[in-house]
Amino acid sequence: MSSQASALQAKPPRSAFGELLRSELLVAWRVPLGLLIGVAVPVLVLLIFGAVPGMNKTEKSLDGLTFFDVYFPVLVAFVSAVLSLISLPTHLATYREQGILRRMSTTPVPPTSMLAAQVVINLALTAIALGIIVVVGMAGFGLGAPKQAGGFILALALTVASMFAIGLWIAAIARSAAIAGGIGQLFLFPLLFFAGLWIPRELMTPVLRDISDWFPLGASVQALQSSMQGVFPSAESLLVMAAWALAFGALAVRFFRWE
Amino acid sequence: MTAKEDVTPTRGGSATGCDSTREFASAVDVSHLRRTYGTTVAVDDVSFSVAQGEIFGILGPNGAGKTTTVECVIGLRTPDSGAIRVMGVDPQLDRAKLHAIVGVQLQASALPGVLKVGEILRLYRSFYRDGADVEELLDAFGLAEKRDAYYKSLSGGLKQRLSIALAIIGRPKLAVLDEMTTGLDPQARRDTWSLIETFRDRGVTLILVTHYMDEAERLCDRVALLDQGRIVAVDTPEGLADRTGVDKRVRFVPSKAFDDALLTVLPEVSSVEHDGEHVIVTGSGQLANVVILTLAAAGVTANELHLDSANLEDAFVQLTGRHLHEDSIGRIHQ
Repeated sequence: MSSQASALQAKPPRSAFGELLRSELLVAWRVPLGLLIGVAVPVLVLLIFGAVPGMNKTEKSLDGLTFFDVYFPVLVAFVSAVLSLISLPTHLATYREQGILRRMSTTPVPPTSMLAAQVVINLALTAIALGIIVVVGMAGFGLGAPKQAGGFILALALTVASMFAIGLWIAAIARSAAIAGGIGQLFLFPLLFFAGLWIPRELMTPVLRDISDWFPLGASVQALQSSMQGVFPSAESLLVMAAWALAFGALAVRFFRWE
Repeated sequence: MTAKEDVTPTRGGSATGCDSTREFASAVDVSHLRRTYGTTVAVDDVSFSVAQGEIFGILGPNGAGKTTTVECVIGLRTPDSGAIRVMGVDPQLDRAKLHAIVGVQLQASALPGVLKVGEILRLYRSFYRDGADVEELLDAFGLAEKRDAYYKSLSGGLKQRLSIALAIIGRPKLAVLDEMTTGLDPQARRDTWSLIETFRDRGVTLILVTHYMDEAERLCDRVALLDQGRIVAVDTPEGLADRTGVDKRVRFVPSKAFDDALLTVLPEVSSVEHDGEHVIVTGSGQLANVVILTLAAAGVTANELHLDSANLEDAFVQLTGRHLHEDSIGRIHQ
């Protein structure tokens, strides 16, 4: 055995990641936690919206927007949050709890590939859910294209990045799937509250809205909403999201364990 | 090919260890391995060498440091001190190379429950450049019928079989199997043993971690006895049994009467007693063979032959002064 040949042998084949992604997709399909909470729930919400009359009528109390206009960024935030904060960490914590990551770490394919596969799958689910929301919004609720497309894409990217960073941090520190789910919900509900899921930001008291500005989904909804209306998101809202993404991303990297 | 004839690792494991020459004599060299967890010393000054093609057992009670030792060998744990080489590779320095040549079966189940047997094999096969044929493994491990069964639906024995199949799916040079038959029923254990015996033909060097004496006796070329983090002895199972100095006993019913002197003159025999129609011969060495051959030459057949000899259990008690916590596995019956 020459050392060159063995060095070549040490690398996993290129197809390995594709195979890993394939089997993780099978798992995601057979244990459809992400599909249910990330895709089915927002679709259900849209159906409810559709049943409520007047969702696409403008409201004075909502700064002249329709209810759907107000809820569209909140739905975007919701989808990104549940997939990142619940689906991703629960799955990874289960894999660690069951020793699946540890088993993988004895193969030429590093467990970071599993992390990558899970991020890809949850990103794909996020994209599917967003696609459904946009299509239904355009067809049924008069949703138009964002008037500030660049700002919208930037705001969306930072929303997803900040949520994934928190999700990966939860996956990093949670000892079990149950704990991961618990921490995920601990983050999910306050974040969604400040995103305006229960009280739209437009109806929040000034103090609440100020607090909301400092939370990633509050900043996200603010940035997405202003892009929709044609105003480039404020630097403040973009920086808030970037800061959360960087802080939790760094914590996730620092504390990640495979077993 | 077994390299046993070519290479005789030093007994007691006083190997030189960190020999970095390309032509390594042994598959695994562990020298002066030490690993602590907080104030607990899990493994202390453990040294042994495993020859290529050898089936090497690491035997000891729970908490003896067996798993810690092999986890250092496969790069899952970092030793506090000591040197390890696996086919010339330092597990801490080149994990990528290590994982391409070492296959592992870990104690806990470690596969997604909702994947099917065939899917898991296909996935793990894809991790290696040069690997075994999935169909061949399905057949060899009796898993072909279970190809479409979910992992979570498998019995313990089948899960273990799959886990062992995954340990060799990358055609490793070394496979490390940790407690491969723990929790299996006796039939499943024997089935697993038969599988392991075919590994020799695959040219795989094997390290078996076990606390079952009978398993080590049946499968292993050599055994390291581990107790409280230290190696007590490294030898063949027979060699360890011989160290106990316990006499062997052969018990049988002769087909016809014979003169005791026929046997008492043999150097292996120390005494001949009668118990009803049974004859009990005590002695050492190849006692059973010698007795049977001698009687046969005199036209006497030894019926209901029963051999008691010291086994690893005795060796363990003798060497450590303590029993394995496990129920004593029966003596060898022949």
